[in-house]
Amino acid sequence: MTATVAVSVVPERPAALAGMPRLPWTWAAAGLFALVICCAVGVLVGPIHIGVGAVLQALVGGQVDPGQANILWSLRFPRVVLGVLVGGTLAVSGAAYQGVFRNPLADPYLLGAAAGANLGATLAIAFAPGTSILAVNIVPLAAFVGAGAAVAGAYALGRSVTGLRSATGLILAGVAIAAFFNSIQSYVQQTQTASIRQVYSWILGRLVTAGWDDVLLILPYVILSAAAIFVHRRLLDALTLGEDEVTSLGIPVRRVRLIVVVAATLGTAAVVAVAGTIAFVGIIVPHAIRLLIGRSYRVVIPLSMLFGAAFLVLADAGARTVVAPAELPIGVITAFLGAPFFIAVMRSTRAAAL
Amino acid sequence: MSDVVLAGVSVAYDGAPVVCDLDLSVASGEWLALIGPNGAGKTTILRAIARLVPFRGAISIGSRALTELSSREVARQVAVLVQEPQMPVGMTVSQYVLLGRAPHLGYLGKESARDRGIVREVVRRLSMEELASRPLDRLSGGERQRAAIARALAQQAPVLLIDEPTSSLDVGRQQSVLELIDQLRREQELTVIAAMHELTLAGQYADRLALLVDGRLAAVGLAAEVLTERAITEHYRAQVRVIQMNGSGTAVVPVRN
Repeated sequence: MTATVAVSVVPERPAALAGMPRLPWTWAAAGLFALVICCAVGVLVGPIHIGVGAVLQALVGGQVDPGQANILWSLRFPRVVLGVLVGGTLAVSGAAYQGVFRNPLADPYLLGAAAGANLGATLAIAFAPGTSILAVNIVPLAAFVGAGAAVAGAYALGRSVTGLRSATGLILAGVAIAAFFNSIQSYVQQTQTASIRQVYSWILGRLVTAGWDDVLLILPYVILSAAAIFVHRRLLDALTLGEDEVTSLGIPVRRVRLIVVVAATLGTAAVVAVAGTIAFVGIIVPHAIRLLIGRSYRVVIPLSMLFGAAFLVLADAGARTVVAPAELPIGVITAFLGAPFFIAVMRSTRAAAL
Repeated sequence: MSDVVLAGVSVAYDGAPVVCDLDLSVASGEWLALIGPNGAGKTTILRAIARLVPFRGAISIGSRALTELSSREVARQVAVLVQEPQMPVGMTVSQYVLLGRAPHLGYLGKESARDRGIVREVVRRLSMEELASRPLDRLSGGERQRAAIARALAQQAPVLLIDEPTSSLDVGRQQSVLELIDQLRREQELTVIAAMHELTLAGQYADRLALLVDGRLAAVGLAAEVLTERAITEHYRAQVRVIQMNGSGTAVVPVRN
């Protein structure tokens, strides 16, 4: 063939069909913007005034007062970054649990995951402080084992009593498991008075002693967890169909559920291991996104990461300023905002199931 | 070819037999109606053909054994329209129909432009463009049924299994849904196996009827052969008249003494 054939009729591209699932870029941009603003607030708020100029200079490696540079690099930056990781992970894990269990009230705390992680981490702190296995700190691992045991227990109990479809059965089971784990945890805490202070401040949730060590400790788990949930967002949408319908689409339902639950539990455990109990982020953030933007997991998962991170960084800034120079536990702020929201969600789920 | 052949198929739930040693063959492009009283095993047979329930015996589709196929391959051969499709709150019609493309995607695959094009075609074919961005929970009963059919069509499977397609519709909508299924069957050369409640409609739309009683095949054949007063009285314990209506089927009319 030497001659080229001119294509005269270009097939007209048909108009896109309305209502297809996609992440609205305006909201994605808004989420990024909110995250940047909240991080800026988180960096700028503090007992010692550090101006925007100094922060920008420090970020680009410019000339900064050494005292200020020290505060920024060893206190404020790691704290904000930890807030981003913790908030994003809690929100995404909550969204993932809600999808897998088809339960709008599922979240790392109500399912007992956090109580399990608490117990695991407490045992590790009390009986084996500073231990590591193959150079990996055992606190997050112990937290993961505890969280996994709690979620498996809640799931098995909820299923055997009321069946999978019941929203209340699973939550009741989670509450029972959480109470049981908490009682053991309190016992350990009371009998190990040497570590009681450390454990107590940590139960209320804190980013206080955060340094880059904590960030690096949880980073691999958080990335793995978020990535695994993110790639399952299409399948989480499919899981909203009935059991027979999903299966008849050739989707391996059990495998999807298992991978997503393990990922969400891993992320929760890692976060609880360093930040303690920070309730309600996993409920508030995904539900606000569902109500305001859309219910598809292609929207809920990525936006939960952004807004969850922004929300927690902002709540942490609040925790540091409300009773300054003292600090409120961040869990107090998230629960104070979360509880009324939670009640509103419960009321609306009477009318519309997830 | 997409003929469906069942040979010696038995299904049991928790040890209790529901379908016993069933032989049935459905030709490619045929519409077979499964009829029978409640609990006769109609839904269970559909679930077995879609491999949603373990069975003994052999089921083949287009001469390939069902047990040799992967779950995704089964889903590319067989689309299922359940009796009461779950309509997730807030999901749009387009999103819902797009789920029908799942068997054509890898585990973590993403829909291509082609998949979206197929969804667009299906939505247009069912005249649902205006409803494309409407949430499922704001559709009427008939619109929901059409959305469910659209999702099954987007699957592009040659065999369509339908469980009670008209159970919650008024008589006009029953007819229009069945007409739609029949048109689609002819256009796309689908093999249709449908569990049907309404005996008269079953006789009018299906090529053949299979009467199931207690998990066994009591009769199979044309409407005029299967829908007899004796068979219906015996198996349904119903008082009926069966009337042959010149050229428009066999009517089964309940009577009260």
